[in-house]
Amino acid sequence: MGDYEERVHSAFRGNPIPVRDPRVLAWLIRRNGLEMAHISRGSHIGSVFSVAEIIAVLYGTVLNVDAGDPRKPDRDRLILSKGHAGSAVYAALAETGFFPVEELSTHYGNGSRLSGHVSHKGVPGVEVSTGSLGHGLAVGAGMALGAKMDGALWRTVVVLGDGECDEGAVWESALQAAQFKLDRLVAVVDYNHMQSLDFVSNTLALEPFEDKWRAFGWNVRSCDGHDTAALEGAFDWAWRNAGSGKPTVILAHTVKGKGVSFMENRILWHYRTPQGEEYEAALKELEAQRP
Amino acid sequence: MRDAFVRALLREMDRDARIVLITGDLGFGVLRPVKERFPDRLINAGIAEQSMVGLAAGLAATERKVVVYSIGNFPTLRPLEQIRNDCAYHGRDVKIVCVGGGFVYGSLGMSHHATEDMAVMRAIPEVTCFTPGDPAETEAVVPAFFGTPGTCYLRLGRGNEPWAHAGAIEGWRFPEAVRLREGTDVALLSAGGILAEVGKAAEILAGKGIRAEVWSFPCIKPLDTERIIRLARTYGQLITVEEHNITGGFGGAVCETVAEAGTPCRVHRLGLRDAFTTVVGTQAYLRKMYGIDGEAIAEKAAAIVYEKRTDAGTDS
Repeated sequence: MGDYEERVHSAFRGNPIPVRDPRVLAWLIRRNGLEMAHISRGSHIGSVFSVAEIIAVLYGTVLNVDAGDPRKPDRDRLILSKGHAGSAVYAALAETGFFPVEELSTHYGNGSRLSGHVSHKGVPGVEVSTGSLGHGLAVGAGMALGAKMDGALWRTVVVLGDGECDEGAVWESALQAAQFKLDRLVAVVDYNHMQSLDFVSNTLALEPFEDKWRAFGWNVRSCDGHDTAALEGAFDWAWRNAGSGKPTVILAHTVKGKGVSFMENRILWHYRTPQGEEYEAALKELEAQRP
Repeated sequence: MRDAFVRALLREMDRDARIVLITGDLGFGVLRPVKERFPDRLINAGIAEQSMVGLAAGLAATERKVVVYSIGNFPTLRPLEQIRNDCAYHGRDVKIVCVGGGFVYGSLGMSHHATEDMAVMRAIPEVTCFTPGDPAETEAVVPAFFGTPGTCYLRLGRGNEPWAHAGAIEGWRFPEAVRLREGTDVALLSAGGILAEVGKAAEILAGKGIRAEVWSFPCIKPLDTERIIRLARTYGQLITVEEHNITGGFGGAVCETVAEAGTPCRVHRLGLRDAFTTVVGTQAYLRKMYGIDGEAIAEKAAAIVYEKRTDAGTDS
C-alpha cells in the first residue's frame, strides 16, 4: 500500500488539499488508472484514458459535491453509465478526498469494494452501480424527475459511452427525458469512436449523432473531450440550459487510450493490460506529461 | 384483485405524499381515479419498460416510493435487469405491480401469459414477492407491500374475480400463509389467483367425503416455511397449485423448504409442466387444459388420499 502511494501520488504526497485543477486531476486519473490496470491485470484502460478529462472536470470544478459530506441532499448527482471506466471515477474520488488513495491498489482484487465496474456499495461518492450498459440514463432521468418534482436545484450528469448508445434503453430514456422536460439533466457521451470489437462506424454507426439527439428533443453541443477549458465551457452552457425545458447532451470527442501513444485508437487496448515493457513505456510517457 | 389493489393504492397515496405511480402506458380506466385525485403523481413512461423501471429506480433515489404498474410479463421479464441491478441491488423502494398473473389474458396468447414471473422474481435477492389469492388477500397484503422497505413485487389476477375467502382477512401478519379451509385428509397449498380453483377442489373433495385443508400463500418470498414444514410433518404429502410453471415457482419453493428441513414428504406440483401455452382460450379453459382447474386438482388429491388409505390398510 505504501509503495502504491509512493509511486503514484508522490508529487502530491503529504498535501492534504484535495486536487481541484482538472488538468492535474486528469493526469492523476491516468496515472492511477495505469497502476490499477497493471496491478490488477484488469482491462478497459483505453476507456479510462478517453474519459479522464470529462471525469476530472466534473469532480474538479463542475459538480457540487463534498468529500466531507458525500450524501448532502443538495449535491449534484453523477452516474457513470459506462461503468467499465470505473477506475477513472475511483481515482477521481480518491484524489479529491472521498477515500484514501492507497485503497485504489485493491481495485479488482479479492474482497475489494472497488469492483471492475463502478459500484456504490461502501464507496463514498458513488451514487449508482453500473456495468451493464444502457441503464444509467434512465436512472439519471428518474433522479432529475424527482428533483424537478421537489423544485430542487441540484443537477444530474450521466456519462455515457458511444458504444453504449447501441442500447435501445438509451433512446427510450432520451424520449422520456425530453417528454418530462428534464432541463437539469445533462448527458455526456465519451465519444471515442471505438467500441469493444471495432470502430463505432464499422459496428452500428451513430452519425449524424448530433442530429439524432436533436431530433429526440435535446440541446446538443460537441466539444473536444480532452480540452478541460472546452469541457468546462460546455458544462457552463449546459447549466444555463436549466429553464430551456429540454435536457442537454454534450458529445465529447475523445481518443481511446489518450495519453499513451501506442494505446491511442487501438482496439487492443480496450482489453489489454499493461505489463512488462509496455507498462514501463506507458509509465515513461505519462511521467513525461506530469503537470 | 386489480380493483382491490387500486382502492388500497388510493388510500396509501392519500396517506403518503411520497408515493408516485408509473405506468407503462397501460391501465386505461383502472388508473383513472389516480389520475383524477393525484394528477402530479401519475407518470406515463410510455411503452418503454426498461427505462420505466430505471426511471423508477432514479425517482426512488429521491426519497420516494415508486409504484410501477403494468400487465403480464411487461413489468418483470422485459425490464428484468433493471429490476435486478437498478432497483434490488440498490435497495430502492420500487413496488412492481403485475396485473394478469397466469392465464388472465388467456386469449391474447403466450406473450401475455405470465407463467414464469414468480420463479424469476423470487430468484432475485432482496425482492419481496406477494402473491395474493383473491381480493380479500390483496387488501390484506397491500399495506405490507408498501411498508416493506426495498423492492417488492405484487402479482395480481384480474378485476372482478370472486372472493375465495368468506370475508375480509383480519390481522394478517407478514409473511404468513392464510388458511382458507380446515381439513384432516390432505393438504392443498396455493399461491396466487388459482386459489379459487383450489377452493372449488376442496368442495368437490368434501362431496366425496375427503376433508382437504387449504392454505394460501400470499407471500412467496419470504415464505412461511414454518407452516409448510408443519403441514409436511402432518401429512407426509403436499399438493401445490400454481397458475405458473412448476419449475422454480411456488411448488419449487415448497420442495426447497421441505427438502432442506429434512422432513420426509412427497410434494406433488400442479401447474404448467415446464411448457409454454400453445393454444389460447379463456382463463377457465386454459386452467382446465393444464390440469389446474377445480376438477383436476380434486382428482389428484383424491388419488393421493385413496393411495394413502390403501397403503395404511396393507402396511399397518
